[in-house]
Amino acid sequence: MATQISVFIENKEGRIKKAMDTLANAGVNIRALSVGDTTKYGILRLIVSDNETATKSLENDGFIVKESEVVVVAVPDKPNGLNSTLSILDDADINLEYIYAFVSSQPNEAIVAMKVEDTEKAIKVFEENNAKILKKEDLEKI
Amino acid sequence: MIWDEKSECMTKKEKEKIQLERLQKTVKLAYENIEFYKKRFDEIGLKPEDIKTLKDIEKIPFTTKSDLREAYPLGLLAVPREDIVEIHASSGTTGKPTVTAYTQNDLDIWGECIARGLKMAGAKKDYIIQNAYGYGLFTGGFGIHHGGNKMGAITVPISAGNTQRQLDTMIDFQSDVLTCTPSYAMYLGESREKAGISLEEINLKAGIHGAEMWTSEMRKRIESSLGIKTFNIYGLTEVMGPGVAQECSEQNGMHIQDDHFYPEIINPENGETLEPGQNGELVLTSLTKTGMPILRFRTKDLTSLIADKCKCGRTTVRMTRITGRSDDMLKIKGVMVFPSQIEKALLKVSGASPNYLIHVTRPDILDEVEVKVEASKELFSDEIKEMEKVEKQIQASIRSETGLRVDVTLCEPESLPRSEGKAVRVIDERKL
Repeated sequence: MATQISVFIENKEGRIKKAMDTLANAGVNIRALSVGDTTKYGILRLIVSDNETATKSLENDGFIVKESEVVVVAVPDKPNGLNSTLSILDDADINLEYIYAFVSSQPNEAIVAMKVEDTEKAIKVFEENNAKILKKEDLEKI
Repeated sequence: MIWDEKSECMTKKEKEKIQLERLQKTVKLAYENIEFYKKRFDEIGLKPEDIKTLKDIEKIPFTTKSDLREAYPLGLLAVPREDIVEIHASSGTTGKPTVTAYTQNDLDIWGECIARGLKMAGAKKDYIIQNAYGYGLFTGGFGIHHGGNKMGAITVPISAGNTQRQLDTMIDFQSDVLTCTPSYAMYLGESREKAGISLEEINLKAGIHGAEMWTSEMRKRIESSLGIKTFNIYGLTEVMGPGVAQECSEQNGMHIQDDHFYPEIINPENGETLEPGQNGELVLTSLTKTGMPILRFRTKDLTSLIADKCKCGRTTVRMTRITGRSDDMLKIKGVMVFPSQIEKALLKVSGASPNYLIHVTRPDILDEVEVKVEASKELFSDEIKEMEKVEKQIQASIRSETGLRVDVTLCEPESLPRSEGKAVRVIDERKL
Protein backbone atom coordinates (compact mmCIF):
# COMPACT_ATOMS: atom_id res chain seq x y z
CA MET A 1 0.00 0.00 0.00
CA ALA A 2 1.22 3.48 -0.75
CA THR A 3 -0.04 6.98 -0.27
CA GLN A 4 -0.81 8.91 -3.40
CA ILE A 5 -1.46 12.61 -3.54
CA SER A 6 -4.13 14.02 -5.82
CA VAL A 7 -4.26 17.60 -7.02
CA PHE A 8 -7.27 19.45 -8.40
CA ILE A 9 -6.35 20.95 -11.77
CA GLU A 10 -8.66 23.46 -13.38
CA ASN A 11 -8.96 23.11 -17.13
CA LYS A 12 -6.89 26.19 -17.81
CA GLU A 13 -3.68 26.78 -19.68
CA GLY A 14 -0.50 25.95 -17.84
CA ARG A 15 -2.00 24.56 -14.64
CA ILE A 16 -0.21 21.20 -14.71
CA LYS A 17 3.02 23.02 -15.48
CA LYS A 18 2.38 25.28 -12.49
CA ALA A 19 1.98 22.25 -10.21
CA MET A 20 5.18 20.78 -11.62
CA ASP A 21 7.02 24.06 -11.02
CA THR A 22 5.87 24.00 -7.42
CA LEU A 23 7.11 20.43 -6.90
CA ALA A 24 10.40 21.15 -8.65
CA ASN A 25 11.02 24.20 -6.47
CA ALA A 26 10.28 22.15 -3.39
CA GLY A 27 12.76 19.49 -4.52
CA VAL A 28 10.13 16.79 -4.73
CA ASN A 29 10.78 13.89 -7.06
CA ILE A 30 7.85 12.34 -8.92
CA ARG A 31 7.82 8.55 -9.01
CA ALA A 32 4.61 8.12 -10.95
CA LEU A 33 1.92 10.30 -12.41
CA SER A 34 -1.46 10.00 -14.02
CA VAL A 35 -4.21 12.42 -14.92
CA GLY A 36 -7.89 11.66 -14.73
CA ASP A 37 -9.58 14.25 -16.88
CA THR A 38 -13.04 15.49 -17.68
CA THR A 39 -13.90 18.34 -20.02
CA LYS A 40 -13.86 20.79 -17.15
CA TYR A 41 -11.03 19.78 -14.86
CA GLY A 42 -8.43 17.16 -14.22
CA ILE A 43 -7.27 15.22 -11.23
CA LEU A 44 -3.53 14.88 -11.12
CA ARG A 45 -2.49 11.77 -9.20
CA LEU A 46 1.07 11.47 -8.06
CA ILE A 47 3.33 9.16 -6.19
CA VAL A 48 6.21 11.29 -4.98
CA SER A 49 9.37 11.08 -2.92
CA ASP A 50 8.06 13.19 -0.06
CA ASN A 51 4.31 13.52 0.50
CA GLU A 52 4.52 16.04 3.29
CA THR A 53 6.71 18.52 1.42
CA ALA A 54 4.71 18.03 -1.77
CA THR A 55 1.36 18.66 -0.05
CA LYS A 56 2.59 21.67 1.87
CA SER A 57 4.18 23.38 -1.13
CA LEU A 58 1.19 22.72 -3.38
CA GLU A 59 -1.27 24.01 -0.79
CA ASN A 60 0.84 27.10 -0.28
CA ASP A 61 0.54 27.75 -3.98
CA GLY A 62 -3.24 27.53 -3.79
CA PHE A 63 -3.80 23.97 -4.99
CA ILE A 64 -6.26 21.60 -3.39
CA VAL A 65 -4.44 18.44 -2.39
CA LYS A 66 -5.71 15.18 -1.01
CA GLU A 67 -3.95 12.05 0.12
CA SER A 68 -5.38 8.64 -0.55
CA GLU A 69 -4.26 5.04 -0.29
CA VAL A 70 -3.53 3.03 -3.41
CA VAL A 71 -2.36 -0.53 -3.83
CA VAL A 72 0.91 -0.77 -5.70
CA VAL A 73 1.82 -4.10 -7.25
CA ALA A 74 4.75 -5.24 -9.37
CA VAL A 75 3.62 -7.20 -12.40
CA PRO A 76 5.73 -9.38 -14.69
CA ASP A 77 6.78 -7.45 -17.81
CA LYS A 78 5.39 -9.93 -20.33
CA PRO A 79 2.14 -10.58 -22.20
CA ASN A 80 -0.71 -11.39 -19.81
CA GLY A 81 1.30 -9.87 -16.93
CA LEU A 82 -1.22 -7.21 -15.95
CA ASN A 83 -4.12 -9.40 -16.88
CA SER A 84 -3.14 -12.08 -14.39
CA THR A 85 -2.93 -9.45 -11.66
CA LEU A 86 -6.33 -8.02 -12.51
CA SER A 87 -7.83 -11.51 -12.57
CA ILE A 88 -7.06 -11.76 -8.87
CA LEU A 89 -9.27 -8.72 -8.21
CA ASP A 90 -11.89 -9.92 -10.61
CA ASP A 91 -12.16 -13.32 -8.96
CA ALA A 92 -12.62 -11.63 -5.61
CA ASP A 93 -15.30 -9.26 -7.02
CA ILE A 94 -13.36 -6.13 -6.15
CA ASN A 95 -14.11 -3.07 -8.25
CA LEU A 96 -11.24 -1.10 -9.68
CA GLU A 97 -11.73 2.68 -9.60
CA TYR A 98 -8.66 3.56 -11.62
CA ILE A 99 -5.23 2.24 -12.46
CA TYR A 100 -1.97 3.56 -13.82
CA ALA A 101 1.33 1.96 -14.61
CA PHE A 102 4.92 3.06 -14.39
CA VAL A 103 8.30 1.52 -15.01
CA SER A 104 10.40 -0.21 -12.45
CA SER A 105 14.17 -0.22 -12.05
CA GLN A 106 13.90 -4.01 -12.13
CA PRO A 107 14.27 -5.10 -15.75
CA ASN A 108 11.59 -7.78 -15.71
CA GLU A 109 8.73 -6.00 -14.09
CA ALA A 110 6.35 -3.08 -14.41
CA ILE A 111 4.54 -1.42 -11.56
CA VAL A 112 0.85 -0.61 -11.34
CA ALA A 113 -0.92 1.65 -8.84
CA MET A 114 -4.56 0.80 -8.27
CA LYS A 115 -7.38 2.48 -6.45
CA VAL A 116 -9.86 -0.19 -5.47
CA GLU A 117 -13.19 -0.23 -3.77
CA ASP A 118 -11.92 -2.18 -0.79
CA THR A 119 -8.20 -1.72 -0.22
CA GLU A 120 -7.83 -4.16 2.68
CA LYS A 121 -9.59 -6.93 0.86
CA ALA A 122 -7.51 -6.33 -2.26
CA ILE A 123 -4.27 -6.57 -0.31
CA LYS A 124 -5.47 -9.77 1.29
CA VAL A 125 -6.27 -11.47 -2.01
CA PHE A 126 -3.05 -10.24 -3.61
CA GLU A 127 -1.10 -11.70 -0.71
CA GLU A 128 -2.97 -14.99 -0.96
CA ASN A 129 -2.07 -15.16 -4.63
CA ASN A 130 1.57 -14.25 -3.99
CA ALA A 131 1.44 -11.00 -5.93
CA LYS A 132 4.35 -8.66 -5.19
CA ILE A 133 2.91 -5.76 -3.22
CA LEU A 134 5.21 -2.76 -2.96
CA LYS A 135 5.43 -0.77 0.26
CA LYS A 136 6.60 2.73 0.91
CA GLU A 137 10.21 1.57 1.35
CA ASP A 138 10.12 -0.33 -1.92
CA LEU A 139 8.87 2.70 -3.78
CA GLU A 140 11.73 4.78 -2.46
CA LYS A 141 14.13 2.46 -4.24
CA ILE A 142 12.54 2.83 -7.67
CA MET B 1 -28.32 51.65 23.77
CA ILE B 2 -29.88 54.35 21.65
CA TRP B 3 -27.88 57.24 20.23
CA ASP B 4 -30.70 59.77 19.92
CA GLU B 5 -33.82 58.55 21.71
CA LYS B 6 -35.79 61.65 20.82
CA SER B 7 -35.41 61.07 17.08
CA GLU B 8 -35.35 57.30 17.02
CA CYS B 9 -38.31 56.59 19.32
CA MET B 10 -40.91 59.12 18.20
CA THR B 11 -44.59 58.30 18.19
CA LYS B 12 -46.20 57.85 14.80
CA LYS B 13 -47.92 61.21 15.13
CA GLU B 14 -44.76 63.09 16.07
CA LYS B 15 -42.83 61.49 13.28
CA GLU B 16 -45.40 62.14 10.57
CA LYS B 17 -45.56 65.77 11.61
CA ILE B 18 -41.78 66.18 11.35
CA GLN B 19 -41.64 64.20 8.10
CA LEU B 20 -44.29 66.38 6.48
CA GLU B 21 -42.65 69.64 7.57
CA ARG B 22 -39.29 68.46 6.31
CA LEU B 23 -40.73 67.07 3.07
CA GLN B 24 -42.43 70.36 2.28
CA LYS B 25 -39.22 72.23 2.97
CA THR B 26 -37.17 69.86 0.79
CA VAL B 27 -39.64 70.02 -2.10
CA LYS B 28 -39.58 73.81 -1.98
CA LEU B 29 -35.78 73.85 -1.86
CA ALA B 30 -35.51 71.50 -4.82
CA TYR B 31 -38.17 73.23 -6.90
CA GLU B 32 -36.78 76.71 -6.37
CA ASN B 33 -33.11 75.90 -6.83
CA ILE B 34 -32.73 72.89 -9.11
CA GLU B 35 -33.65 73.27 -12.76
CA PHE B 36 -34.25 69.52 -13.16
CA TYR B 37 -36.95 69.34 -10.47
CA LYS B 38 -38.60 72.58 -11.56
CA LYS B 39 -38.94 71.22 -15.09
CA ARG B 40 -40.30 67.89 -13.86
CA PHE B 41 -42.89 69.61 -11.63
CA ASP B 42 -43.92 72.14 -14.29
CA GLU B 43 -44.41 69.40 -16.91
CA ILE B 44 -47.24 67.93 -14.85
CA GLY B 45 -48.43 71.21 -13.35
CA LEU B 46 -47.33 70.32 -9.82
CA LYS B 47 -46.46 73.07 -7.33
CA PRO B 48 -44.59 72.64 -4.02
CA GLU B 49 -47.76 73.89 -2.25
CA ASP B 50 -49.64 70.84 -3.59
CA ILE B 51 -47.78 68.66 -1.10
CA LYS B 52 -50.22 68.97 1.78
CA THR B 53 -49.98 65.48 3.27
CA LEU B 54 -47.35 62.75 3.28
CA LYS B 55 -49.53 60.80 0.86
CA ASP B 56 -49.15 63.67 -1.62
CA ILE B 57 -45.54 62.57 -2.13
CA GLU B 58 -46.99 60.11 -4.64
CA LYS B 59 -47.70 63.02 -6.97
CA ILE B 60 -43.98 63.72 -7.35
CA PRO B 61 -42.30 62.04 -10.34
CA PHE B 62 -39.57 59.48 -9.63
CA THR B 63 -35.91 60.30 -9.96
CA THR B 64 -33.73 57.60 -11.52
CA LYS B 65 -30.06 56.85 -11.77
CA SER B 66 -30.05 57.98 -15.39
CA ASP B 67 -31.45 61.38 -14.34
CA LEU B 68 -28.45 61.72 -12.04
CA ARG B 69 -26.09 60.67 -14.81
CA GLU B 70 -27.49 63.31 -17.10
CA ALA B 71 -26.83 65.91 -14.47
CA TYR B 72 -23.19 64.76 -14.17
CA PRO B 73 -21.17 66.11 -12.50
CA LEU B 74 -22.83 68.86 -10.44
CA GLY B 75 -26.09 69.65 -12.17
CA LEU B 76 -28.35 68.97 -9.19
CA LEU B 77 -27.02 71.36 -6.57
CA ALA B 78 -29.56 73.28 -4.50
CA VAL B 79 -26.93 75.57 -3.01
CA PRO B 80 -24.09 77.70 -4.39
CA ARG B 81 -20.85 75.79 -4.94
CA GLU B 82 -19.17 77.59 -2.07
CA ASP B 83 -21.46 75.76 0.37
CA ILE B 84 -20.33 72.31 -0.81
CA VAL B 85 -17.54 70.75 1.26
CA GLU B 86 -17.24 67.15 0.05
CA ILE B 87 -18.05 65.05 -2.98
CA HIS B 88 -18.45 61.32 -3.46
CA ALA B 89 -19.30 59.27 -6.51
CA SER B 90 -20.40 55.79 -7.47
CA SER B 91 -17.89 53.52 -9.18
CA GLY B 92 -19.48 54.05 -12.56
CA THR B 93 -19.19 50.37 -13.46
CA THR B 94 -22.55 50.44 -15.21
CA GLY B 95 -22.08 53.79 -16.93
CA LYS B 96 -21.15 57.33 -16.03
CA PRO B 97 -20.64 57.71 -12.28
CA THR B 98 -23.29 59.37 -10.19
CA VAL B 99 -22.06 62.16 -7.96
CA THR B 100 -23.30 63.32 -4.58
CA ALA B 101 -22.26 66.64 -3.07
CA TYR B 102 -22.49 67.43 0.63
CA THR B 103 -22.75 70.66 2.57
CA GLN B 104 -21.42 70.75 6.12
CA ASN B 105 -25.03 70.23 7.25
CA ASP B 106 -25.22 67.10 5.09
CA LEU B 107 -22.01 65.69 6.52
CA ASP B 108 -23.34 66.27 10.02
CA ILE B 109 -26.51 64.36 9.18
CA TRP B 110 -24.46 61.57 7.64
CA GLY B 111 -22.30 61.34 10.76
CA GLU B 112 -25.44 61.37 12.90
CA CYS B 113 -27.00 58.47 10.97
CA ILE B 114 -23.79 56.41 11.16
CA ALA B 115 -23.39 57.20 14.86
CA ARG B 116 -26.90 55.84 15.46
CA GLY B 117 -25.81 52.64 13.70
CA LEU B 118 -22.55 52.36 15.61
CA LYS B 119 -24.55 52.63 18.80
CA MET B 120 -26.87 49.87 17.58
CA ALA B 121 -23.75 47.72 17.19
CA GLY B 122 -22.81 48.51 20.79
CA ALA B 123 -20.01 50.98 20.08
CA LYS B 124 -18.94 53.54 22.67
CA LYS B 125 -16.59 56.49 22.78
CA ASP B 126 -13.58 54.38 23.77
CA TYR B 127 -14.15 51.75 21.06
CA ILE B 128 -11.69 51.24 18.24
CA ILE B 129 -13.38 51.07 14.89
CA GLN B 130 -11.31 49.33 12.25
CA ASN B 131 -12.75 50.89 9.15
CA ALA B 132 -11.89 48.58 6.26
CA TYR B 133 -14.30 50.14 3.81
CA GLY B 134 -12.45 51.74 0.91
CA TYR B 135 -11.54 55.39 1.36
CA GLY B 136 -11.94 57.53 -1.70
CA LEU B 137 -14.82 58.48 -3.94
CA PHE B 138 -16.70 55.46 -2.60
CA THR B 139 -18.97 56.53 0.25
CA GLY B 140 -18.17 53.56 2.52
CA GLY B 141 -14.87 54.67 4.02
CA PHE B 142 -15.64 58.32 4.66
CA GLY B 143 -19.22 57.66 5.71
CA ILE B 144 -18.20 55.40 8.58
CA HIS B 145 -15.37 57.80 9.36
CA HIS B 146 -17.74 60.76 9.77
CA GLY B 147 -19.92 58.63 12.04
CA GLY B 148 -16.98 57.50 14.15
CA ASN B 149 -15.95 61.12 14.57
CA LYS B 150 -19.48 62.12 15.47
CA MET B 151 -19.59 59.49 18.19
CA GLY B 152 -16.12 60.38 19.38
CA ALA B 153 -14.94 56.79 18.97
CA ILE B 154 -11.44 55.95 17.75
CA THR B 155 -11.59 55.41 14.01
CA VAL B 156 -8.72 53.58 12.32
CA PRO B 157 -8.87 54.56 8.62
CA ILE B 158 -7.17 51.38 7.41
CA SER B 159 -9.30 51.23 4.24
CA ALA B 160 -9.88 48.02 2.26
CA GLY B 161 -7.14 45.57 1.33
CA ASN B 162 -3.77 44.59 2.77
CA THR B 163 -5.16 41.64 4.63
CA GLN B 164 -2.01 40.98 6.68
CA ARG B 165 -2.13 44.51 8.04
CA GLN B 166 -5.83 44.14 8.83
CA LEU B 167 -5.08 41.07 10.93
CA ASP B 168 -2.10 42.75 12.61
CA THR B 169 -4.26 45.75 13.44
CA MET B 170 -6.97 43.54 14.96
CA ILE B 171 -4.35 41.98 17.22
CA ASP B 172 -2.18 45.02 18.02
CA PHE B 173 -4.95 47.59 18.52
CA GLN B 174 -7.51 45.07 19.77
CA SER B 175 -10.10 46.68 17.49
CA ASP B 176 -13.67 46.43 18.78
CA VAL B 177 -15.68 46.97 15.61
CA LEU B 178 -14.89 45.97 12.04
CA THR B 179 -16.57 47.83 9.21
CA CYS B 180 -16.22 46.51 5.65
CA THR B 181 -18.10 44.74 2.88
CA PRO B 182 -19.45 41.31 3.86
CA SER B 183 -17.33 39.51 1.26
CA TYR B 184 -14.21 41.13 2.68
CA ALA B 185 -15.28 40.26 6.22
CA MET B 186 -15.61 36.67 5.11
CA TYR B 187 -12.20 36.81 3.48
CA LEU B 188 -10.68 38.26 6.64
CA GLY B 189 -12.30 35.49 8.67
CA GLU B 190 -10.86 32.85 6.34
CA SER B 191 -7.48 34.56 6.44
CA ARG B 192 -7.50 34.62 10.23
CA GLU B 193 -8.10 30.88 10.31
CA LYS B 194 -5.46 30.27 7.66
CA ALA B 195 -2.91 32.34 9.55
CA GLY B 196 -3.58 30.29 12.67
CA ILE B 197 -4.67 33.32 14.72
CA SER B 198 -7.03 32.26 17.50
CA LEU B 199 -10.22 34.15 18.34
CA GLU B 200 -8.74 34.86 21.78
CA GLU B 201 -5.95 36.90 20.20
CA ILE B 202 -8.42 39.35 18.68
CA ASN B 203 -11.02 41.38 20.49
CA LEU B 204 -13.60 42.11 17.82
CA LYS B 205 -17.14 42.37 19.11
CA ALA B 206 -19.16 43.62 16.19
CA GLY B 207 -19.05 43.94 12.43
CA ILE B 208 -21.02 46.44 10.39
CA HIS B 209 -21.30 45.19 6.85
CA GLY B 210 -23.05 46.34 3.74
CA ALA B 211 -22.62 47.78 0.25
CA GLU B 212 -23.32 44.41 -1.33
CA MET B 213 -25.86 41.65 -0.92
CA TRP B 214 -25.30 38.93 1.60
CA THR B 215 -27.34 36.09 2.98
CA SER B 216 -27.99 34.88 6.50
CA GLU B 217 -25.75 31.86 5.78
CA MET B 218 -22.91 34.24 4.97
CA ARG B 219 -23.66 36.08 8.21
CA LYS B 220 -23.27 32.87 10.19
CA ARG B 221 -19.89 32.23 8.62
CA ILE B 222 -18.62 35.75 9.29
CA GLU B 223 -19.89 35.69 12.85
CA SER B 224 -18.22 32.38 13.64
CA SER B 225 -14.97 33.04 11.80
CA LEU B 226 -14.42 36.40 13.49
CA GLY B 227 -16.26 35.75 16.75
CA ILE B 228 -18.53 38.76 16.32
CA LYS B 229 -22.14 39.82 16.00
CA THR B 230 -22.80 41.40 12.63
CA PHE B 231 -25.03 44.30 11.67
CA ASN B 232 -26.37 44.80 8.19
CA ILE B 233 -26.03 48.40 7.02
CA TYR B 234 -27.72 49.97 4.04
CA GLY B 235 -27.20 53.07 2.00
CA LEU B 236 -26.42 54.31 -1.44
CA THR B 237 -24.26 57.02 -2.94
CA GLU B 238 -27.16 58.67 -4.74
CA VAL B 239 -29.02 59.29 -1.50
CA MET B 240 -26.11 59.78 0.93
CA GLY B 241 -24.04 56.66 1.41
CA PRO B 242 -24.10 53.99 4.14
CA GLY B 243 -26.21 54.75 7.18
CA VAL B 244 -29.59 55.30 5.56
CA ALA B 245 -30.58 52.19 7.49
CA GLN B 246 -28.98 49.67 9.81
CA GLU B 247 -29.89 46.70 11.96
CA CYS B 248 -30.02 46.88 15.72
CA SER B 249 -29.08 43.98 17.98
CA GLU B 250 -32.43 42.32 17.27
CA GLN B 251 -31.09 41.61 13.74
CA ASN B 252 -34.64 41.84 12.51
CA GLY B 253 -34.76 44.40 9.74
CA MET B 254 -32.75 47.58 9.24
CA HIS B 255 -33.94 50.75 10.95
CA ILE B 256 -34.35 53.44 8.33
CA GLN B 257 -33.41 56.86 9.72
CA ASP B 258 -36.84 58.03 8.67
CA ASP B 259 -36.59 61.49 10.16
CA HIS B 260 -33.93 62.08 7.47
CA PHE B 261 -35.10 59.76 4.68
CA TYR B 262 -38.67 59.03 3.73
CA PRO B 263 -39.14 55.48 2.46
CA GLU B 264 -41.76 54.11 0.10
CA ILE B 265 -42.13 50.70 -1.49
CA ILE B 266 -43.43 50.58 -5.03
CA ASN B 267 -44.29 47.95 -7.57
CA PRO B 268 -41.28 48.18 -9.92
CA GLU B 269 -43.44 47.29 -12.91
CA ASN B 270 -46.00 50.10 -12.66
CA GLY B 271 -44.74 52.47 -9.97
CA GLU B 272 -47.75 52.01 -7.66
CA THR B 273 -47.17 52.47 -3.95
CA LEU B 274 -47.36 49.28 -1.88
CA GLU B 275 -48.29 48.69 1.75
CA PRO B 276 -45.89 47.78 4.58
CA GLY B 277 -45.15 44.06 4.42
CA GLN B 278 -45.40 43.93 0.65
CA ASN B 279 -42.21 43.30 -1.28
CA GLY B 280 -41.21 45.82 -3.91
CA GLU B 281 -38.68 48.46 -4.88
CA LEU B 282 -37.49 50.91 -2.25
CA VAL B 283 -37.92 54.59 -3.12
CA LEU B 284 -36.20 57.21 -0.95
CA THR B 285 -36.66 60.93 -0.49
CA SER B 286 -34.18 62.96 1.52
CA LEU B 287 -35.85 65.11 4.20
CA THR B 288 -32.97 67.15 5.55
CA LYS B 289 -30.19 67.25 2.98
CA THR B 290 -29.49 70.69 1.59
CA GLY B 291 -26.62 70.27 -0.90
CA MET B 292 -28.29 67.81 -3.22
CA PRO B 293 -31.77 67.00 -1.97
CA ILE B 294 -33.24 64.02 -3.76
CA LEU B 295 -36.93 63.33 -4.36
CA ARG B 296 -38.36 59.85 -4.79
CA PHE B 297 -35.18 58.14 -5.89
CA ARG B 298 -35.74 54.67 -7.28
CA THR B 299 -33.10 52.56 -5.55
CA LYS B 300 -33.80 49.40 -7.59
CA ASP B 301 -33.36 47.50 -4.32
CA LEU B 302 -36.12 45.04 -3.53
CA THR B 303 -37.29 44.89 0.08
CA SER B 304 -40.33 45.41 2.25
CA LEU B 305 -41.06 47.68 5.22
CA ILE B 306 -41.89 46.77 8.81
CA ALA B 307 -43.85 49.58 10.42
CA ASP B 308 -44.23 48.13 13.96
CA LYS B 309 -42.13 49.27 16.87
CA CYS B 310 -38.98 47.17 17.26
CA LYS B 311 -38.21 45.21 20.43
CA CYS B 312 -35.16 47.45 20.86
CA GLY B 313 -37.51 50.37 21.54
CA ARG B 314 -36.90 52.29 18.34
CA THR B 315 -39.90 53.28 16.27
CA THR B 316 -38.03 54.06 13.06
CA VAL B 317 -39.51 52.02 10.24
CA ARG B 318 -37.49 48.94 9.31
CA MET B 319 -36.67 47.45 5.94
CA THR B 320 -36.06 43.74 5.49
CA ARG B 321 -32.87 42.31 4.03
CA ILE B 322 -32.55 43.23 0.35
CA THR B 323 -33.71 40.24 -1.64
CA GLY B 324 -32.39 41.44 -4.96
CA ARG B 325 -32.19 44.37 -7.31
CA SER B 326 -34.88 45.01 -9.80
CA ASP B 327 -32.12 45.42 -12.40
CA ASP B 328 -29.87 42.67 -10.99
CA MET B 329 -32.60 40.19 -11.50
CA LEU B 330 -31.66 37.73 -14.18
CA LYS B 331 -34.33 36.34 -16.39
CA ILE B 332 -33.07 32.96 -17.45
CA LYS B 333 -35.25 30.79 -19.63
CA GLY B 334 -38.03 33.09 -18.53
CA VAL B 335 -37.44 32.38 -14.83
CA MET B 336 -36.57 35.20 -12.43
CA VAL B 337 -33.29 34.44 -10.67
CA PHE B 338 -31.34 36.47 -8.16
CA PRO B 339 -27.65 35.83 -7.50
CA SER B 340 -28.48 35.60 -3.80
CA GLN B 341 -30.50 32.45 -4.51
CA ILE B 342 -27.44 30.76 -5.98
CA GLU B 343 -25.46 31.74 -2.93
CA LYS B 344 -28.11 30.30 -0.68
CA ALA B 345 -28.11 27.06 -2.65
CA LEU B 346 -24.33 26.74 -2.39
CA LEU B 347 -24.28 27.29 1.34
CA LYS B 348 -26.65 24.36 1.70
CA VAL B 349 -24.08 21.96 0.24
CA SER B 350 -21.57 21.12 2.91
CA GLY B 351 -18.04 22.08 1.98
CA ALA B 352 -19.18 24.25 -0.92
CA SER B 353 -17.61 27.68 -1.02
CA PRO B 354 -20.02 30.59 -1.34
CA ASN B 355 -17.70 32.10 -3.92
CA TYR B 356 -19.36 31.72 -7.25
CA LEU B 357 -19.78 33.26 -10.67
CA ILE B 358 -22.90 32.95 -12.77
CA HIS B 359 -22.11 32.86 -16.44
CA VAL B 360 -25.10 33.21 -18.73
CA THR B 361 -24.85 32.66 -22.46
CA ARG B 362 -27.20 32.06 -25.33
CA PRO B 363 -25.22 30.05 -27.87
CA ASP B 364 -28.25 29.45 -30.03
CA ILE B 365 -31.81 30.23 -29.02
CA LEU B 366 -31.78 28.87 -25.49
CA ASP B 367 -30.18 30.34 -22.41
CA GLU B 368 -27.40 28.37 -20.85
CA VAL B 369 -26.16 28.92 -17.34
CA GLU B 370 -22.85 27.85 -15.97
CA VAL B 371 -22.25 28.35 -12.28
CA LYS B 372 -18.58 28.34 -11.41
CA VAL B 373 -17.91 27.36 -7.84
CA GLU B 374 -14.58 27.33 -6.09
CA ALA B 375 -13.66 23.81 -5.04
CA SER B 376 -12.43 23.13 -1.54
CA LYS B 377 -10.56 20.35 0.20
CA GLU B 378 -13.86 18.97 1.50
CA LEU B 379 -15.31 18.74 -1.99
CA PHE B 380 -12.25 17.35 -3.67
CA SER B 381 -11.74 13.67 -4.30
CA ASP B 382 -9.18 11.64 -6.21
CA GLU B 383 -12.07 9.93 -7.97
CA ILE B 384 -13.94 11.55 -10.84
CA LYS B 385 -17.06 9.65 -9.84
CA GLU B 386 -17.07 11.42 -6.46
CA MET B 387 -16.45 14.80 -8.03
CA GLU B 388 -19.38 14.29 -10.35
CA LYS B 389 -21.50 13.43 -7.35
CA VAL B 390 -20.58 16.77 -5.77
CA GLU B 391 -21.41 18.66 -8.94
CA LYS B 392 -24.76 16.92 -9.10
CA GLN B 393 -25.45 17.77 -5.48
CA ILE B 394 -24.74 21.46 -6.12
CA GLN B 395 -26.82 21.30 -9.27
CA ALA B 396 -29.74 19.80 -7.36
CA SER B 397 -29.47 22.42 -4.63
CA ILE B 398 -29.53 25.25 -7.19
CA ARG B 399 -32.43 23.59 -8.92
CA SER B 400 -34.50 23.36 -5.77
CA GLU B 401 -33.72 27.00 -4.95
CA THR B 402 -34.33 28.50 -8.40
CA GLY B 403 -36.09 25.88 -10.48
CA LEU B 404 -33.30 26.05 -13.02
CA ARG B 405 -31.06 23.35 -14.36
CA VAL B 406 -27.57 24.79 -14.53
CA ASP B 407 -24.18 23.51 -15.45
CA VAL B 408 -21.85 23.44 -12.44
CA THR B 409 -18.11 23.81 -12.88
CA LEU B 410 -15.69 23.49 -10.03
CA CYS B 411 -12.68 25.73 -10.25
CA GLU B 412 -9.57 26.28 -8.18
CA PRO B 413 -9.82 28.06 -4.85
CA GLU B 414 -9.46 31.81 -4.90
CA SER B 415 -9.60 31.83 -8.70
CA LEU B 416 -12.86 33.80 -8.90
CA PRO B 417 -12.76 37.57 -8.72
CA ARG B 418 -13.61 38.80 -5.24
CA SER B 419 -13.42 40.45 -2.02
CA GLU B 420 -11.84 43.82 -1.53
CA GLY B 421 -14.35 45.79 -3.50
CA LYS B 422 -17.68 44.48 -4.65
CA ALA B 423 -17.69 40.87 -5.76
CA VAL B 424 -18.46 40.13 -9.41
CA ARG B 425 -21.24 37.56 -9.39
CA VAL B 426 -22.77 37.63 -12.83
CA ILE B 427 -21.40 37.66 -16.34
CA ASP B 428 -24.24 37.87 -18.81
CA GLU B 429 -23.05 37.41 -22.37
CA ARG B 430 -26.44 37.03 -23.97
CA LYS B 431 -27.06 39.42 -26.79
CA LEU B 432 -30.64 40.32 -26.07
